[in-house]
Amino acid sequence: MTPTIALSSDAWILLTGAATNVACALVGCFLVLRRMSLMGDALAHAVLPGLVIAFLLSHSLSIVPLFVGAAAVGLLTTFLIQTLHQYARTPTDASMGVVFTSLFALGVVLLKKFVVGHFDVACVYEGSLELVVLSETICGLPRPLFTTCLVLLLNLSVLLLLWKEFQLSSFDPALATTMGLSATAIHYLLMTLVSVTTVASFEAVGSILVVAMLIVPAATAHLLSDRLAAMVAISALVGVLSAVLGFYAAQYWDTNIAGMMTVAAGLLYAVAVFCSPRYGICSTVLNNLKVSLRVVREDLLGMLYRIEELGSARQMTSAEARRAIGGGWLSRLGVAALLRGGHLRRAGECLQLTPRGRTEARQLVRSHRLWETYLVEHLGLPLDHVHEPAHRVEHFISEQMQRELEAEVAAPEQDPHGRQIPD
Amino acid sequence: MMGTLFFDSLNLSQKVMLGTALLGGISGVIGSFAVLRGRSLVGDMLAHAALPGICLAFLLWGTRDLWALSLGALTSGLLAIATVTWLVRWTRTKEDAAIGIVLSTFFGVGVVLLSVIQKPHIGGNKAGLDSYLFGEPANMLSDDLVLLTVVAGVILSLVFFFFKEFQLVCFDTDFAQSQGWPTLKIDLTLMAALTVVTIVGLPIVGVILMAAMLILPAATARLWTNRLQVLLVLAGLCGMLAAVGGTQLGRGLPAGAAIVLTAAGLFVLSLVLAPQRGVVARLRSEWQLRGRIAREHLLRSLYELNEPYLPARQQLPLQSLQDYRHWSALPKLLDAAEADAFVERQDKTVRLTSLGLKRAAELTTAHRLWEMYLMQHAGIAPDHVDRDADDVEHLLPAALLVELEQQLEQEGRLPNTITSVPDSPHQLEGPSESSTP
Repeated sequence: MTPTIALSSDAWILLTGAATNVACALVGCFLVLRRMSLMGDALAHAVLPGLVIAFLLSHSLSIVPLFVGAAAVGLLTTFLIQTLHQYARTPTDASMGVVFTSLFALGVVLLKKFVVGHFDVACVYEGSLELVVLSETICGLPRPLFTTCLVLLLNLSVLLLLWKEFQLSSFDPALATTMGLSATAIHYLLMTLVSVTTVASFEAVGSILVVAMLIVPAATAHLLSDRLAAMVAISALVGVLSAVLGFYAAQYWDTNIAGMMTVAAGLLYAVAVFCSPRYGICSTVLNNLKVSLRVVREDLLGMLYRIEELGSARQMTSAEARRAIGGGWLSRLGVAALLRGGHLRRAGECLQLTPRGRTEARQLVRSHRLWETYLVEHLGLPLDHVHEPAHRVEHFISEQMQRELEAEVAAPEQDPHGRQIPD
Repeated sequence: MMGTLFFDSLNLSQKVMLGTALLGGISGVIGSFAVLRGRSLVGDMLAHAALPGICLAFLLWGTRDLWALSLGALTSGLLAIATVTWLVRWTRTKEDAAIGIVLSTFFGVGVVLLSVIQKPHIGGNKAGLDSYLFGEPANMLSDDLVLLTVVAGVILSLVFFFFKEFQLVCFDTDFAQSQGWPTLKIDLTLMAALTVVTIVGLPIVGVILMAAMLILPAATARLWTNRLQVLLVLAGLCGMLAAVGGTQLGRGLPAGAAIVLTAAGLFVLSLVLAPQRGVVARLRSEWQLRGRIAREHLLRSLYELNEPYLPARQQLPLQSLQDYRHWSALPKLLDAAEADAFVERQDKTVRLTSLGLKRAAELTTAHRLWEMYLMQHAGIAPDHVDRDADDVEHLLPAALLVELEQQLEQEGRLPNTITSVPDSPHQLEGPSESSTP
């Protein structure tokens, strides 16, 4: 039977995949935030016996009994995991493992015993997105698309209605409970939604894509955003994007669509891991590099200032200076940056402070000595122990903090070694 | 090889039984460490993550050779563990999400590769690759048995020789680190052992059920004991029992599922029967405690009713006792107290025996000492201490009571000598119900 709305079969497959992914991503955000991602995995497997029993009782694969069966087993699973954890002191992850594997095994046995032929176990894993167009139609939509759209609407409306409740109980369940909002009830509601979503998605995309879409888009969004609303929106977008990318990749290489969508989601996550503006590896590495460069630059300025302060006629060659601040390419970059910024100038082979460099160096040495004085006065550290900490901290003392330190120490003119603290 | 020759002499059902028993035993032992270490679901992840390695090995070598496929599985399993560790260390993603991401992405890659393998132009014997998904113990060959025996030998000797190290890392990693143990290496060794066991078990019980084999026997054994040595032995035995039982009982059922259901059955049985954590034991001790509390309340009530007439032991009308506080089963309590020779009953009156008076005095002392302590040190109002003391007095150890007495005596708060009962620090009221608004 073909759908009544005229769309190419590719479009139907894409729509079904995207709808499933968004439905999963919506609830997945809360799983990831509550650090219960693996409940998604657990529920996706544990609902199997519920499905089989619902099928046996209703003798059909129609939507309502399957949803009821899924919701019931989802609640049962959640309850069993909680109870095992509370009363038998089994660690949460172990109780999760005990419950979902046992239920899954039960499901497999029931399946083999009673429903030979109707279910394909491999299909539970891999799904049969390719066959979407061949299924019966409901309201002009292919059946799998209809069910996932239904669940998508359900998830969306529950989230919109109970947004603040979900938000509060995800970030601070204790506060939610003291405010008279049962975190437990929200927990069970979320788990019911996850179970129902899982079941709706089973037929189309298989358990493996469900688990992936519950966790991966949400984790990707978590790397990209600090606001819940933005996170949910981004995760939905990632869901759609991985459906599209996965579909075309699968067409190109002629492989399993659901598997390829999973791989696409994984790749999007990998991109976020490296390129997220705030939490990405690249930006972390870049930030660390920037700080190291600044430290190297400031150390060099401070050293040259101290030599000047001693009134010694000694001059440093560029090579000597680089060696003194640790050497390597970092020091080379540091010296180059100082020369370019007009903090240093070359006098033949040697490096000299410019007035601009001297001003900056004075501030740094001031921070260093104020900190040393503070450590001796307020923490009672011995004289030979204060240089090292001050040497580390000097780069991170702002003007504001300098003023506060000045107010705290008794004599802001001299450091504990008897040297003058510059203005 | 000698081993192969020996295994060849067995018939199929003997092979299956031996193989699954070996697998059950070692996954029980190594799973115990995973469960204690809070890594129960790592087995689940490994089982899923092995799939792309298996498929790649098949594509590269074009055979279903056990050793080649196991090598592939091992490689992708170790890669998965490394990825999770790296993600947790370097990104904002938490461990649970990292495990989920790696599990599903690796498995997705595996599914894609499987669909490539199933294309007609890819040669080789593809039959049996499916068994890595769902498990097929009946395919047990002598080769599998050799592999299982080698793995079991290596794992057991590893556990035997590094028992102390594993134990330390399982229970107090920080302490181990501060003592200079290479905790990371020990941890990685454990994880590698877990990976090897998972991968060897995959073709026998399948992906999901392999995770169960690691968790269920360990969780079952944990209900019975608090000692690691005993736990390991029990978990190993439990795994073997589940494997043998499952293959024997579950004829005609998918063997992996039958094994896991047997393991689950053992778990439920233990949950009911285990000596301390079991449901029966818990209900029993709760019931005993409730009985003791009721008996102690009876004695204290009798003491308080008798207090005005001390040192005489007064015949107290039952009705006054009935009114004194709320009782759920007063006649039964009185029967029990009479059997203990704490009270004597006549018609409608009751009287403490001298033994009963002594015991009642002790109980009342404990109650009042705790009340005084609460009032002085916790700043609780006099009209609130009665209930609080009610909750605690039955659980106060004798040593603590002596300490309380000494403290109160030093502060001059104890009116009489230790052997006598101090006066109540608040006004005694009638039925205790009325004391709380």
